[in-house]
Amino acid sequence: MRYIDEYRSGGLARALASELAETMPQDRALALMEVCGGHTHAIYKHGIDELLPPGLELVHGPGCPVCVIPVGRVDDAISLALEPNVVFTTFGDMMRVPGSKGSLLDARSRGADVRMVYSPLDALELASANPEREVIFFAIGFETTAPSTAVTLLRAQALGIENFSVFCNHVTIGPPLKAILDAPELRLDGLIAPGHVSAVIGSRPYDFIASDYGRPVVVAGFEPLDILQSVLMLVRQLAAGRAEVENQYTRLVRRDGNPRALEAIEQTMELRDSFEWRGLGSIPSSGLRLREELADWDAERRYEVPGVSVPDHKACQCGQVLRGLVKPWECKVFGTACTPESPIGTCMVSSEGACAAYYHYGRNRPKRGTVPA
Amino acid sequence: MCLGIPAQLVEIVDAEAKTAKAEIGGVRRIVSCALLEGDARVGDWVLVHVGFALDRINEEQAAETLQLLSDMGEAYERELEEIRKTAEGAA
Amino acid sequence: MSEKASRRRPRVRDERITLVHGAGGKATRDLVEALFLEELGNPLLDPLGDSALIDAGGVKLAFTTDAHVVQPLFYPGGDIGSLAVNGTVNDIAVAGARPIALSAAFVLEEGLSTADLRRVVASMAEAAQEAGVVVAAGDTKVVEHGRGDGLTITTSGVGLVDDRVSLGAEKVRPGDKVLVSGTLGDHGMAVMIARGNLELELEIESDSASIFPLAESLFALGEDLRWLRDPTRGGLATTLNELTEASGLCVVLEEKALPIREQVAAACEILGLDPLYVANEGKLIAVVAPARFEEALALLRAHPLGADAQVVGEIEPEPKGLVLLQTAFGGSRVVDMLSGDPLPRIC
Repeated sequence: MRYIDEYRSGGLARALASELAETMPQDRALALMEVCGGHTHAIYKHGIDELLPPGLELVHGPGCPVCVIPVGRVDDAISLALEPNVVFTTFGDMMRVPGSKGSLLDARSRGADVRMVYSPLDALELASANPEREVIFFAIGFETTAPSTAVTLLRAQALGIENFSVFCNHVTIGPPLKAILDAPELRLDGLIAPGHVSAVIGSRPYDFIASDYGRPVVVAGFEPLDILQSVLMLVRQLAAGRAEVENQYTRLVRRDGNPRALEAIEQTMELRDSFEWRGLGSIPSSGLRLREELADWDAERRYEVPGVSVPDHKACQCGQVLRGLVKPWECKVFGTACTPESPIGTCMVSSEGACAAYYHYGRNRPKRGTVPA
Repeated sequence: MCLGIPAQLVEIVDAEAKTAKAEIGGVRRIVSCALLEGDARVGDWVLVHVGFALDRINEEQAAETLQLLSDMGEAYERELEEIRKTAEGAA
Repeated sequence: MSEKASRRRPRVRDERITLVHGAGGKATRDLVEALFLEELGNPLLDPLGDSALIDAGGVKLAFTTDAHVVQPLFYPGGDIGSLAVNGTVNDIAVAGARPIALSAAFVLEEGLSTADLRRVVASMAEAAQEAGVVVAAGDTKVVEHGRGDGLTITTSGVGLVDDRVSLGAEKVRPGDKVLVSGTLGDHGMAVMIARGNLELELEIESDSASIFPLAESLFALGEDLRWLRDPTRGGLATTLNELTEASGLCVVLEEKALPIREQVAAACEILGLDPLYVANEGKLIAVVAPARFEEALALLRAHPLGADAQVVGEIEPEPKGLVLLQTAFGGSRVVDMLSGDPLPRIC
C-alpha cells in the first residue's frame, strides 16, 4: 500500500534507532509526551518503544477523544439511544465505553436501535433513506473529525433532511495540552503533536508550547518511521538546547492547516464555555457545540438528556494516566479490577487508550528498559 | 480521531455533492471531497478519515521525507560495512 | 506478573448475556469455564478441544458440535449452510480424525423464505459431498417471528481418529514450527462487508471449505505433527493463545511471514482492525517438529487449498503462555487473546 509500506521499513528503522542513540544527551533522561491515542496505538502495535535508547521515555497524553468522554455524557448518549423511534448511530470506538449502567452495546441488547457507522455521512444517508425514523449521530473526536461532522450538518441543512441530529462531543486539543503543561508535577521535555489534528489546525497552534513553556514540539505522522523520525527531531532539538515547533508530517500538514475544514467548523460550531473531560475535570473553551442556527439538528436541544455529571469510580486513576503522571501499569487497579473486559475507566476500553494499548500489546512482554514485564 | 488512510481518487461520483471513489490496496470507498481545495481530480492522493478526504497528500514532500530517511539508511549501512571490514581486517 | 499466576478462576459477572460473550475471545472463554464447565464438567469435555475424543470399545472417535448463526445468511464465497457443514467437518479433521457423518438441527424463524432455506440446504448438500460426509440425522423447529434471527443451524459430527497421529497441546515442544495453510482474515472480512453498513467495495470471498484433505496429508508426519487447529472465530491470535495457555509455552510469530491478501490488509487498515483477529473458515494451523516443517509446507502447498501455506512462527519455552509478534518494523508486541468483538474504529 502506497504511502504506508514505505514508512514501515524495518531497515530504515535500525538506521533511525542508531542515530537516535547517538544523539541522546548522555547526562540526562528524557520524557516525551505523545499526545494522540493514534500514536500510542502505533507505538505499541509496531513495537516502536523497543527501538528507543535507554533513558528515553514516552509518556501517553490525553489525545484520546473516546477516553476523555465523561461517564455522564455516555449516559446521555444511552438515554438518546433509548428514545422511541430513534436510530442511534455511532463509531465503533464508542460502542463498549461504559456509562453508569452499561454501554451502548448493552443498551442495544436491551432493545435500543444502536448502529455502527464508519462515517457521519452514512448516518445522514440512513436518515434520508428512513424518513419515518429519527437518526441521531454520536459525534466524537478532536479537530480531525469535527470538519466531517460540520460538512454533514451543512449537507443536512442544504437538503432539508429534518430527521437527523447530532449529539456533539467534539473537543479541541489546545486547552488540555495547556492544562497538562500547567500541572506542577509533570516533568516533560517535549511533545509529539498529533498529525491528523494538525492537518486541520496546522502547526501554528502549538507555538505557545515552545514560546511560553520552552518545550520543543514536532508534528508527527502515524507510520512507525514517522514516529521515530519525530522522536529524533525532538531529541536533536533538546540536545542542542532549542525549543521550536517543527513539522515531520510535511506530506500532509501545513503551517496554517486546512482552511476549508476550519471554515466548516466555524460555520456550524462554537466553543462551549467549558466541557467536562474524564479524569481532567472541567476545562474552559475546550468543547464544541452546534451553533444556534443549527438548533434543529442539535440532539441536545431536540431531546432531553439527563446531563448529570457522574464522578469517576473512586479507584479510577484515568485522570492521572491521561496527564502522563501515572503509567498504566502503575495504576492500582490495572489488570486486576480494571481490564478490557471489565473496564473501570475508559483508558482501558478505548483501543487507543494508554491502558488498553499497554494491556493488549505490552503487558507480559519480555522486559526491556524502563517498561516492566 | 487519528485513523487516516492514504488513498487515491479513481472516479468522480457526484460533482455537486463532491463525492468521489477512493481506492487503497484494491479496496474502494466513496468519500466526500468537500474539504479539498478546488475540484477533486482522478489521480489525487488524499488522506481518508471517517469517509472524508481530509486533505491532499503532497507527493513531493512525501518523496523528500523518504529521501531523508533513505539517506540516513544508506549512511548507516555504510557505517556498518566499515565496522564489518575493520573487524574482518583485525581478525 | 505472570499470566498464569494472576489468572484467577473466571467468574461470570454479567447479569445478562451480551454479544461480547459470543465473540470467541476472553468473555466467551470465561463463560464456558465459569458456567458451562462448572455445571457440566467431565473428563471428555474438560480439555475443551474442538472435538471430544471418545474411546468406544477400542474404536477411537472424534465427536463435536457447533451452532451457526451468521448475518447475513448469504455472502460471497458461502452461506450459513456451507459454514455449518465445513465448520463441523473441520473440527473433526483437526482432532486427527476422518469425518464420517453429521447431524443438522434447524431452528427456522417464522417468515423465513422457503427459497432461501432450500438454497441453504442445497449448499449444505454440496459442501457435504465435497467433504465426503453425509448428513445422517436432522431436526427442524420453527420459532415465532422476531425470535430466531432468520435461521440457526446446529451441526454435530463424528469421525474416526487416524491412528498415525496423536495430537495435543502437550505434544508441542520448543523449536517446533507453526504453519498456516493460507491467507488470513478472508471469511470474517467477507461477512463484515456483506453486512453492508461499512460501504466498502472489495473483492473478497469467504474461504469456507473442508480442510480435511490438508489435515490428512499431514497425518503422514505421524508424531512429528504435534497439534492442529482451525482458526475460526477470534482469528489466528485467539487460537494460538489457546495453544500457549494449554501448553504453557510461547509462540513467536513473524509479522512479515503472515499471508494476508492485499485487499484484506487494506480493509483492515481502513477499519482499524487487526487481521490476526479476523475469522477464517477454511484454514489450518499446524505445529510441526522442526526437522519436518519443510516437508509439511510442501504437503500443504501440493493441495489447491494450501497454495499460500507459510511458516509463520516458532515455539519457544518463554515467556510462558504468551503469543508474541516480531513486527516488520523490528520491535515486538504481545498478541493478546481477543477481548470483545473486533469493532471498526476511527481513532
